[in-house]
This record gives sequence, structure tokens and C-alpha cells, in this order.
Amino acid sequence: MSENSEAAANLESEPTRMGVLRHDLKRIAGSYSFAIGALIVIFWVCCALFGRFVIPYDPFADDMLNSLSPPSAGHWFGTDQLGRDVFSRVIAGARDILTVAPLATLISTVLGTALGLVMGYFGGVIDEILSRIVDAVLALPTVIVALLALTALGTSIVTVLFVIGFTFAPIIARTVRASVLAERGLDYVAAAELRRENLFYIMFVEILPNVIPPILVETTVRLGYAIFTVATLSFIGFGIQPPSPDWALSISSNYGLIGGGFWWTVLFDSLAIASLVIGVNLVADGIQSALDD
Amino acid sequence: MLPGNVGRAMLGPFADQRAVNILNHEMGTDRPLVVQYGDWISGFVVGDLGKSYAYRAPVAPFLATALINSSKLSLVAFLLVVPLGILGGVIAALYRGRAADRIISVAGLSATIVPEFVSGIVLILVFGVWLRWFPISATWPPGASALTQLYYLILPALPLVLILFGYIARMARAGMIEALDAEYTRTAILKGLSYPKVIWRHVLRNALLPTISVIATQTVYLIGGLVVIEILFHYQGIGSLIFTAANKKDFPMLQAGVMVVGALFAVATLIADLLYASLNPRIRLGGRE
Repeated sequence: MSENSEAAANLESEPTRMGVLRHDLKRIAGSYSFAIGALIVIFWVCCALFGRFVIPYDPFADDMLNSLSPPSAGHWFGTDQLGRDVFSRVIAGARDILTVAPLATLISTVLGTALGLVMGYFGGVIDEILSRIVDAVLALPTVIVALLALTALGTSIVTVLFVIGFTFAPIIARTVRASVLAERGLDYVAAAELRRENLFYIMFVEILPNVIPPILVETTVRLGYAIFTVATLSFIGFGIQPPSPDWALSISSNYGLIGGGFWWTVLFDSLAIASLVIGVNLVADGIQSALDD
Repeated sequence: MLPGNVGRAMLGPFADQRAVNILNHEMGTDRPLVVQYGDWISGFVVGDLGKSYAYRAPVAPFLATALINSSKLSLVAFLLVVPLGILGGVIAALYRGRAADRIISVAGLSATIVPEFVSGIVLILVFGVWLRWFPISATWPPGASALTQLYYLILPALPLVLILFGYIARMARAGMIEALDAEYTRTAILKGLSYPKVIWRHVLRNALLPTISVIATQTVYLIGGLVVIEILFHYQGIGSLIFTAANKKDFPMLQAGVMVVGALFAVATLIADLLYASLNPRIRLGGRE
């Protein structure tokens, strides 16, 4: 009964797939929110890669005589409790979070995609069991899971990577599973099965390339949340450790002073985090709305 | 049960090894983990949450106080965000595709992804330090009236409002658009009802059903946010209780706290399902579409 509609769907989508993709890319690049987001993200990536060569001061150098001095011509963003230059630290602070968060996202995308392909392709009991496990993982907030794991295993970046990797994977798996279910009924999959291709070939070579767009969107969204989570964990002392000039860490060690009016020690780091996550989010939103239309 | 040397964590790195051993023996933390877990879970099922290692006192009273405090904070956040989120979503849907829609959607989405401590810091700076409208700590003086407590809780609630606004607005917008495009809405307009009446009587009712389940499932993410907010604003709630317990390796306290969070999530989901069913006649009357 669904044969006709499937055939129609194939006729519509198959021959123009490359054309559609090219059209999508144009739309994505053309949207304002994407352009703004991409600019912000590229700026911070450049800071992470090259920032340490251009900053005016050593981000680790104490200067107790000049501690807590407000923004001035010498120190654009002022100095912190130890007299370190806040501007240099903000620029240098991009590196650690832009290493940890993308790595964690990569782990969750690889895991989640594999899991989603298996769930969507096999269906039945395997899908049922994996879905319940996914539900269980999603029942606790990531920050709480991370607190438990980091207390049990000791604070380390590797643990942070895997906690985020494992807690985000189910969310990606759910998206991939839904897309795979839609692909599973199409003729090219049936054809591959009739050719007696092996299961891994069908899942990873036949189906995977066709579900890349939703994976791309979900991964970009997850990257935003990975930055969110790493920053939050660093703020409460379980993530990136001192003496890194990491933004969340600087806020954590300086926010006790804001009652005294030393706003420059936390404001610029806060704006840095906010701009980075919003930038990533605008990129995700740009890709999503281009693919939706 | 989590691994780690409890006695060592409590007494510090310079304590005598014999003292650490004695403390571990007194608290029973030198027994195999399986035995400790069996001991704990058999107490848990009959309502005994165990004794805190750090305070040498039963966990339950600490947990109760923390829960009450956190509920107050969450309640203030929800009372602010639910009407705002729905209003935002409705406006976005009514001006679909236009500037107002884009602004609400993009701003909501952006606010959702900014960590609570970041928006919290900015809000403290603006409203607490520069304008001096609100206190920068959430702990009210003892014996404060409900109104004073509310005053102390508004600033801490705002970062949570920012996080939740985007989700609720997005769901309300999607529900509204679906209802606006539905046949019954077209019929209502064509039979001559005024536009506000159509929106109020026909569209809103159907549009807000999915929003309810989102609000309930967001409770659990709210608790993740409470950890950070309660630390930032020095507030004694369930989030700061879990955080302190984790830092002190106070495992009974940590376990009880996390169990409560899990239970809250289950309850919130159940309430959402029941509420959804009772508001939706298609489910309430047992018929399936």
C-alpha cells in the first residue's frame, strides 16, 4: 500500500540529491544568523589557536603591586586578584574549552550515530532495550551525572570528556534513529539487502550518508551544550583546573569579589562564554532553518 | 555506593593513617562496597536515608530543608517563566515569519544555551551591584516574611527563567502554529467569530497541551541549574546540598540527594502525563485517534 508513495518519494528525492545539497549550502551561507554566528565562532577559534602569540601580557604572570586595577590604557580589561592581565587571560582562555567541548561532542556524535543506526535499522527487541537505556540516561541532569562520576573517579578532563560523551550520545542516537527509520523503508536499502551486502555496509555506507544533515544539526546543537556543560563544571571546580586562564575558572575564582565592585574580573569572561555559545547556537539555527525549508 | 577513601577525604591528607582507619571502621566504610550498598538500599526502601558522614547526623532533615528551599526558588522561577514563555510563543506564532517571531525565537534559543552562572553573574552585576535593586545573596534574614523571601529569590530565579523561556516559547509557538493551521480554526473564522475569540476559545486551548509536558520535563533540567545558582547565590537548596556532599565525599548525603532528583523527575513526568490526559478529551474519554 505504501509502495506508490515510496516510489514517488524516491522519484522526487533521488535524482536531485546533490542539487538539493548545493542549494542548501547556499541558503545556509546566506542567512544572517549563520553569518554572525560563524564570525563569532571563527574569532574565538583564532584566539584559541593563535591568541597566545599576540596578547600583550603573559596570562600566568602575577603582578601583585598592580592587583585588581580597573581597566586602563595599560590593561584594557584591568587586572585580577593576582595582578594578571584580564584581557590576555580572556584571549588565552578560549583554548581549553575549545579543546574539551569539541572532543566531548565528537565522542557523543560517534557513539550516538552508531547507536542510532543500530536502533533504527534493526528495530524490534534491540531497539526496545536500547531505547529504555537511553531513557534512563536522560532521566538525570548531565551536571548531576557528572558530579557523581567525578566524585567517584576523581576530577579529570578524561572523565569530563566521557561523561559528556555518554550523556549526550543518547540524544544524538534518538535523532539518528528517527532519520534511519525513514530511510529504512526506501528502495535503495531493499536493493542493498537483495544484493546481500553485509549489515555494516548497509548501515554505514548506504544509510549513513543519507542521514548526515540531521546529524550535522544535532552535533552543532550538542557542541553548544558541551560548552555549556564544560563551563558549568569548571565553574563548580570539577572541570578545567587552575592555573588555566579558562573563562569559567576565572569567574569561579573572582566572583566572590563582585560585591566589592570589581566587575572587570568577571564581566569579560562572562561575555566571552555567552558570545561563544550564542555563536555556536546561531550556526546551528542557520543550518537547521536552511534544511527545514 | 561510590569508591574513594571516605576517612581520608574527611580528615585531610595530613591525618595519621591510624586515625583514618579508625574513622573508616566506625562509619563502616572499610567494609566491601557490596555490603555497604546492601545496607544502604535496605534502609532506603523503608525510608531510612542513612547518616551523613560529614555531619554525623541523619540525612533526612537536611534533605527536607534543602528541598523546601529549592522548591521556593523553583516556584518563583516557574511563576515568572510560564506566563512569559507562553506569551512569547503566542506572539511569535501570531507574527509568524516576521521580525517579532525571529527575535523571540533567536533570543529565546540563545538565552537557553547561556550557562546559568554566566547570566547570573551579569544579572548580579547589573541589578545587584550597579542598580542595587536586589540583594546579591539569596539568603534572607531569619524570620523574614514571605514577601521578603520572594524579594530575595527574584534575582536567583532570573537565570533559570532565561534558560526555560526558550523551550516553553518554542513549544507554545509550535502548538499555536499547528492549531492556527487546523481546519477547525478556519471553520471558526469562516463562521464569523471575531479573531480574538477564535484565538482564545479555539486555538489556545489546543495549542497549549504539548507545552504542559515540556514544562514538566524541564523540571529535571531545572535541578541541574539549581546546583550552579545555589552556589552562586549562597542558597541552601538541594543543588548546593549535592555539591557540598560531592566535595566532602559525603556519600549517604550525595546518594540520597541524587535519588531524590531522580524521583522528582519520575513524579514530574507522571504529573505531566496525567495533566495532559485530563486536559485532552481524546485521551480522557479513552478514544484513540
